[in-house]
Amino acid sequence: MTSVEKIPKDQMVVEGLTGDAAIALALKQCDIDVLAAYPITPQTIIVEDFQKFVANGEVKTKVIPVESEHSAMSACVGASAVGARVATATASAGLALMWEILYCAASMRMPIVLTVANRALSAPINIHNDWSDTYGARDSGFIQLYCQSSQEAYDTTIMAFKIAENKDILLPIMVCIDGFILSHNVERVEMLPDQAIKKFLGVRQPFQNLDPDNPITMGPLALTDYYFEFKEQQDEAIKRVPDVFKQVEAEFERMTGRSYGMLETYKTEDAEIILLTHSTPAGTAKVVVDVLRERDEKVGVLRLKMFRPFPSKEVAEAIKHAKAVAVFEKCRSFGSTCNPLALEVMASLYDLKEKPMVTDFVIGLGGRDVPPTTIVEGYEKTKEYLKQGKAPLYETLGVRK
Amino acid sequence: MALDFAKGITEFRWHGRGGQGVVTSNQMLGKAALKEGNYIQAFPEFGPERTGAPVRAFLRISKDPIQIYAQVYAPDVVICIDPTLLDVVNPTEGLKADGTLVINTTMTPEEVRDKYDFRGGKVVTVDASTIAMEVLGRPFYNMPTMAAAVEATKVVKIETVIEAVLERYPGKVGELNKVAIEKAVKEAKIG
Repeated sequence: MTSVEKIPKDQMVVEGLTGDAAIALALKQCDIDVLAAYPITPQTIIVEDFQKFVANGEVKTKVIPVESEHSAMSACVGASAVGARVATATASAGLALMWEILYCAASMRMPIVLTVANRALSAPINIHNDWSDTYGARDSGFIQLYCQSSQEAYDTTIMAFKIAENKDILLPIMVCIDGFILSHNVERVEMLPDQAIKKFLGVRQPFQNLDPDNPITMGPLALTDYYFEFKEQQDEAIKRVPDVFKQVEAEFERMTGRSYGMLETYKTEDAEIILLTHSTPAGTAKVVVDVLRERDEKVGVLRLKMFRPFPSKEVAEAIKHAKAVAVFEKCRSFGSTCNPLALEVMASLYDLKEKPMVTDFVIGLGGRDVPPTTIVEGYEKTKEYLKQGKAPLYETLGVRK
Repeated sequence: MALDFAKGITEFRWHGRGGQGVVTSNQMLGKAALKEGNYIQAFPEFGPERTGAPVRAFLRISKDPIQIYAQVYAPDVVICIDPTLLDVVNPTEGLKADGTLVINTTMTPEEVRDKYDFRGGKVVTVDASTIAMEVLGRPFYNMPTMAAAVEATKVVKIETVIEAVLERYPGKVGELNKVAIEKAVKEAKIG
């Protein structure tokens, strides 16, 4: 473990940055060796900005402009296998086209950082935000972290390398921001000095790497004899993520004073209803809570940051005392009992003798705005369902029927 | 009862057309506010760029971190940089009763008040189109219209705005915009 020191305020640079620009600058400061990407809205600025750094000679990174996202992730796997620090960025259909190789990256234990500006999937074509893309990839073996602000996107991108490259983990990681809502939103970001990040991350030390002088083969074939054991090891690795995440964040906090946690609780201690969501709607939910609290409503927020691995124990602990938990999620899992986030929450509560009611609200598909009033509506409905003693498995808010 | 989800935040809505620099001037004003130690959010109405189509942009400025992530529905300030939009959009929609309406037009504040039956707050008019043509020789009226908004609201110092503009556009373009901004501050009519 490296020893980091608190960075004096006068060494921080305050910039107005979009979520995308913040991520691009973080990638630059993380001194990545290889970036292979294919442009897709709304992550385009990440790669565009990064290409400018390359063109200006500000980084030594090898950028591989590939012909598709399938190739982008393939090139990332190859470069990571050689021992390089590797990143890429995508969204929506781009992530869908990476699908096959996402599983390879995870199973081959390649610590690639994949930044995603969450965007809806076609059809109809839609460039705006929801979480269908990364929720769809939730079983791929990637770690998934979701950010609320540009500052958090910047910080999380830096921490992502340290988590992924840890030898107890060696797994790829998605850093997700809400497309347009955050990716194109200029916010105040406090940037760290290059040197501090260099010291924090160090140089990647691969556990095993491709080397022409000592040839090995990675990920070729394992049938009934060993495939299952590979999956077992992968499973063990992702279970170790919370511990490593906590260590990395503690170190980051010593350096910056900032930390986020696998989840954030806001005014939940005495809350009867807890609003549970992540990314930008979680920020809006906190504002809603402040306003409702003035009317003596006992309400709080659980903002999830880590969706994979899902911190079941911590989530259950944080919400078990409430009468109800209202889940807000930007994804519909068609044909499923309810939707990905609520399914995890319900499963986490299953073993409790007395558990809160769970309501599941699908919001903001295809970028439909989620104003505070939509969150209030979900809260009011949940209150009503508590009175009635039952709730629908899920419902949509903010849609014409 | 209307709930206030934007306590302590000054919220702006811009109207313009794709290509006129609404997004840029919104960011410039945001960056000026940032320079003065504020937290900000500056974002366009999300969509692919369409030159000539009506577009909107939003800005939030606050002393404290901003956590709300939604469009602005009840702005404190509305800025319309394109006079040809005045019959296409209703710039007073959602505008707070004590809000500020800033319009690039040759009309007087009184005429604008009558047009929209807006009696509260402030109305600011500036002929930013003429200023832009005189100073810049091209129809870049986003900066002078912004200057009128800054003059009326004092949300930031005009010097800070000029500093942000000069950083973004070093050289002649920045210098000419500075002249246009200063002219607009003098010529803005507040009523």
